[in-house]
Amino acid sequence: MVFRSDEGVGLRKKLLRAERRKKFEALGLIAPLLLVMLVFYFVPIAMMLFRSIDNSQMARILPQTSEAIQTWSGEGLPDEATYAAILGDMKIAYEEKTLAKAGRRLNFDLVGYHSLLLKTGRKVEQIVEPPYKETLIALDKKWGDVRYWTVMERGLKDTTMMYLLAAVDLRYDDDNKIVKVPEQEAIYISIISRTVYISLSITILTLILGFPVAYYMANAKPRTRNLLMIVLLLVFWTSLLVRTLSWILVLQNNGVVNNLLMFSGIISQPLDLVFNRFGVYVAMTHVLLPFMVLPLYSVMRAIPSDYVRAARSLGAKSITAFIRVYLPQTLPGIGAGALMVFIQALGYYITPALVGGPRDQMVSYFVAFFVNEQVNWSMASALGVTLLILTGSLYLIFGKRVNIANMKLG
Amino acid sequence: MALPAHATIGDKVWHYSFRTLVAIIFIYLIVPIFSIIPLSFNSAELLSYPMKGFSLRWYEEFFGSGRWGLAIKNSLIIGLSSMVFATILGTTAAVGINRANFAGKALVVALLISPMMIPLVITALSLYLFFAKLGLNSTYTGLILAHTILGIPFVIITVSATLQSFDYNLMRAGASLGASPLRVFFKIVLPNIAPGVFSGALFAFATSLDEVVVVMFIAGPSQRTIPREMFSGIRENLSPTLLAAATILIVFAAMLMLTLELLRKRSEKYNAPPGK
Repeated sequence: MVFRSDEGVGLRKKLLRAERRKKFEALGLIAPLLLVMLVFYFVPIAMMLFRSIDNSQMARILPQTSEAIQTWSGEGLPDEATYAAILGDMKIAYEEKTLAKAGRRLNFDLVGYHSLLLKTGRKVEQIVEPPYKETLIALDKKWGDVRYWTVMERGLKDTTMMYLLAAVDLRYDDDNKIVKVPEQEAIYISIISRTVYISLSITILTLILGFPVAYYMANAKPRTRNLLMIVLLLVFWTSLLVRTLSWILVLQNNGVVNNLLMFSGIISQPLDLVFNRFGVYVAMTHVLLPFMVLPLYSVMRAIPSDYVRAARSLGAKSITAFIRVYLPQTLPGIGAGALMVFIQALGYYITPALVGGPRDQMVSYFVAFFVNEQVNWSMASALGVTLLILTGSLYLIFGKRVNIANMKLG
Repeated sequence: MALPAHATIGDKVWHYSFRTLVAIIFIYLIVPIFSIIPLSFNSAELLSYPMKGFSLRWYEEFFGSGRWGLAIKNSLIIGLSSMVFATILGTTAAVGINRANFAGKALVVALLISPMMIPLVITALSLYLFFAKLGLNSTYTGLILAHTILGIPFVIITVSATLQSFDYNLMRAGASLGASPLRVFFKIVLPNIAPGVFSGALFAFATSLDEVVVVMFIAGPSQRTIPREMFSGIRENLSPTLLAAATILIVFAAMLMLTLELLRKRSEKYNAPPGK
């Protein structure tokens, strides 16, 4: 007996050791990729997230001021030393041509700061002796306005919530409280809700069109099924830009659709079918339809026809059997397809940019806009954060119910 | 979906209207793509029907012009290099993932396939900011790195799928006969999962070939790819050369799809469990 248990322990140890070795092998095989992705993917994303609150450049441009302003209580104007500090900083920043950068940053918080800094910067050479405070206020009375100093103090901290707040139409007021921006300046909430609205509409459209297609394919003869699958996969594999281009050609004023409608006498003037919301819906539904059909189809293929037949034989009408017996079994497919389409649609940029009008652009477009046209990387990052939160929360809520890995490839 | 003999008139109406509906949806899917192809052979510069006559001049322009020539070259360089890196890294990782169960495996898998799920513009912006620090913007290295990352999830998914039906006893058999782990991998594992690896590589290549958002952020004027040129072409001036480019991409998509279907069939046949 003792002998046997000894052997048992030895075997168990050996088994554990083998298991452990397998685990190390596994980790060793994954490690290179994980390392590459850490350095070239997760670190960059983390840096982008940080960028949306990073404000450290300001203290680098105006170092003395950032030191001096810490003694300021926030009530009334700062003391002479702070004015001396900002003069010194501006002198250097003007020569190094970084003053405009600081001006743009502060202008984002309070309009007028950019011109104030540049105007003062040009004359800063001439101010050589105290009292600096009075001279500056005499030069521009904005230097005697407490609001400008509140913004300066806020602007010299290492981090700022300003961009993230701006991305949801909020800002700091003169008393450092978070308030809504004036209605005529509020744009981002409407862009975010437009993005969600368009994505939701596309999801519903792909479901309406995708369900019958998947159902037909799942129940068709093998030859028909294969043929339709090839058509679907061909569309799936065709470049996004090719498909977008083809919709512009089909929907334009002298495109196929307008020509047919005019030829048949239904309309006398070409309809505006593209470069508006309609064009976005038509093209995006086309691009994303395969992502709905493929998971639906694979779920429907696995549904045995016995249940519906049983329901019918028990007296259910075909519509009842469909709704009460068949439809519930397709829910995993609907869930996977809808999540896939919705999340992809949220991040869409190219198709709306090419077939939509100015009022049909989504969050991604504005991220690119802030990088390419405004050169405001912080605001681009803040909008990126909202987009990431939007898609991330969807995963957290629905991702567990849907097998992500199997979604995309059908 | 044949009609049963006892179908009522209502059933018949429903049956045929359903078939018509499905036919209309398929027309919606396929017609726009095919309406491009004839127009690319139009001799006139018009981008609408009716056609004037047959001509190959837009293809000549596509292959002859320096702008498109550079784009073709760039697409191939970036697509093929990122495909190679994504396939090597993705295949080894997929073998690792399926080798053993370990704590946090689900998280690791989620991380590795996250580039497929995170909106492209976020990937593009993050890499743009990161590469700005490293001086990798407007370089081939930067673009190849970015597209490698984007291709990896596809390799992992396709290779994992073939590995699921791979019999790990074959590895043990190899090892017990004295083969080194490396030899086991190249002589036993790789030939068995080859269809999955090959499809993964094609997926990665296709992803790179179709990607334009990251290219817009990272590429300089000398790294512009075919989709990048198409994007500015559609934006700025719609010329028939675009249609020639589009037609070539459609032909490429068709070839890609057929190859993948063949691979899928092959791997199904090879990996069918015994007794089926």
